[in-house]
Amino acid sequence: MTTIPPTSDLTEEEKDKVGLGNPPILADTSETVLSGRGLIKTFGRVVGLDGVDVDLFPGEVLAVIGDNGAGKSTLIKALTGALIPDSGHVYLDGNEVHFKTPQDARSAGIETVYQTLAVAPALDIAANMFLGRERRRSGPLGSVLRMLDKKGMKDDAGQSMANLGIATVQNMSQAVETLSGGQRQAVAVARAATFATKFVVLDEPTAALGVKETGQVLNLIQQIKAKGLPVILISHNMPNVFEVADRIHIARLGGCAGVITPKSHTPTEAVAIMTGATTLAKG
Amino acid sequence: MTTSVEPQAPASAAEQFALRQQSPLQRVQHLLHSHPALSPLMVLIVACIAFTIINPRFAQPATISIILQQTAVIAALAIGQTLIILTAGIDLAVGATAILAMLVMANLAANNGVPGGLALLIGIAVGTACGFLNGLLVTRLNLPPFIVTLGTLSIYTAIGLLYSGGASVGRNQMPPILNLMGTRFAIGPFRLTLGVIIVALLAAVVAFILSQTSWGRHLYAVGDDIEAARLVGIQVDRVLLSVYTVAGLIYGFTAWVLIGRAGTASPNAIVGANLETITAVVIGGTSLFGGRGGIVGTILGALIVYAFNTGLALAGVDDQLRVLAIGVLIIVAVSIDQWIRKVKA
Repeated sequence: MTTIPPTSDLTEEEKDKVGLGNPPILADTSETVLSGRGLIKTFGRVVGLDGVDVDLFPGEVLAVIGDNGAGKSTLIKALTGALIPDSGHVYLDGNEVHFKTPQDARSAGIETVYQTLAVAPALDIAANMFLGRERRRSGPLGSVLRMLDKKGMKDDAGQSMANLGIATVQNMSQAVETLSGGQRQAVAVARAATFATKFVVLDEPTAALGVKETGQVLNLIQQIKAKGLPVILISHNMPNVFEVADRIHIARLGGCAGVITPKSHTPTEAVAIMTGATTLAKG
Repeated sequence: MTTSVEPQAPASAAEQFALRQQSPLQRVQHLLHSHPALSPLMVLIVACIAFTIINPRFAQPATISIILQQTAVIAALAIGQTLIILTAGIDLAVGATAILAMLVMANLAANNGVPGGLALLIGIAVGTACGFLNGLLVTRLNLPPFIVTLGTLSIYTAIGLLYSGGASVGRNQMPPILNLMGTRFAIGPFRLTLGVIIVALLAAVVAFILSQTSWGRHLYAVGDDIEAARLVGIQVDRVLLSVYTVAGLIYGFTAWVLIGRAGTASPNAIVGANLETITAVVIGGTSLFGGRGGIVGTILGALIVYAFNTGLALAGVDDQLRVLAIGVLIIVAVSIDQWIRKVKA
């Protein structure tokens, strides 16, 4: 394990390198899929985001970790339209965007898998995959009678699941409530992966899952990455994060305690930075 | 640290165990879970066989015709009630709305010289407006549907009584078009009314919309998990408002069927409509918690109620025991619903 020198021991150049200097080194927003710059969000006296910068590069898995209340959820919400930041800028593919609602972000190609999964338990898998964006049949059956293309959606749902290597669920007419927790998660992730064109956000996808199902979800994340879609993974779980993430954004006290990689730091060091036991230095 | 899991991995031992352990009871549970209308269908078939054995007159076309005619009005109102209950709501103003619409169309035509067709349309529009107002209160003021419709139950009843002066309008005072739904004709040995046929058509249309359109699917999603529906981008309030409005339209339309059935437009018609429609919906397998059930079940539920009434009467059972039997049915139906909801993969 590399020793982590206290911040005060760093030279200005080193501080710059790890993003602690002022101004920090930031990526050119034209090179990122998504960038947040100087994001501030307050709730009365509570500071949710304290001028946070964040970058998501093409094809990467960016983990966002942090203790409870560190601002990771607030950050994600500010990036995906669930919250409107008080100040700061969000860039998607280099163009500034102003998402007012999650639907704005969704129309821009950003799909979020919420912790609650946002699935309707009594509806079947195919219906849930296309919920809110159902396809109608072609011809007058669709345009006049407004009939849904049930077969087409079912086939496509099955195809999406197969593409992600989800083999444990075969019957798309199965109600979601008859699935296990991991299978439900797989449905929600498959839905996000199918409709996202920019990136996918996963909010604590493994929090409620067992070891085997967690492995399956991590595998899904790799599959999405292999499709070329970047992923933002919000998680508490260090082993999971270190297994799949390319870079790790550490949220702390509404700010960013730094961005590390699984190669540069160990999980123990990440936890130390996350909890403020140590401040960041490049390993 | 486990690495990625084989996507083609076979089901775990526990999963296979779970599959093998399906008892006949679990199979029934699964079957009912995927086809909630099956249990009311079984009840109806068994009841009809039993009543026929007790008294063969039950199976005569004349008896069946009467049951169908009796069922039509409550079945039609229960279609609207089903839509609302599917969204996890409830409508206590169903009877009051239908009566108000009926009084408006009858009085306009009989006392104000409005042409029959126009009076009919205005009456249906009043019913629709009543539903729309319920929907507005539910979605804009975020009041529970129970409270909203408990309030509008009184309001619509009072308006109806004030408007009509508490008086009935007789068949002869109304233009023919308002009595149209009572037109009788024979199909084979059965004597039906136009109302019965129209209600059957209405049920078919609404069932089609529920199962085949995205509006229907969104309605189920809103009742099933309103937060999930919101998160996937369904405009929840718009769906709810449309559901209450469509229900009002159905109640207004049913007012027309009601005039045909009753032969008069009386403020005291269908006093028990609220509880009877909820009974039909619940016996028909639609969950009071929303998100599951459908029109087919509701029609079966309404038929069960009237088949029980007629069948038990023909069996010479006391009136009060009939009421008791319906009560037992309701509790059994809700228990089955609770049991079905516990279904596991």
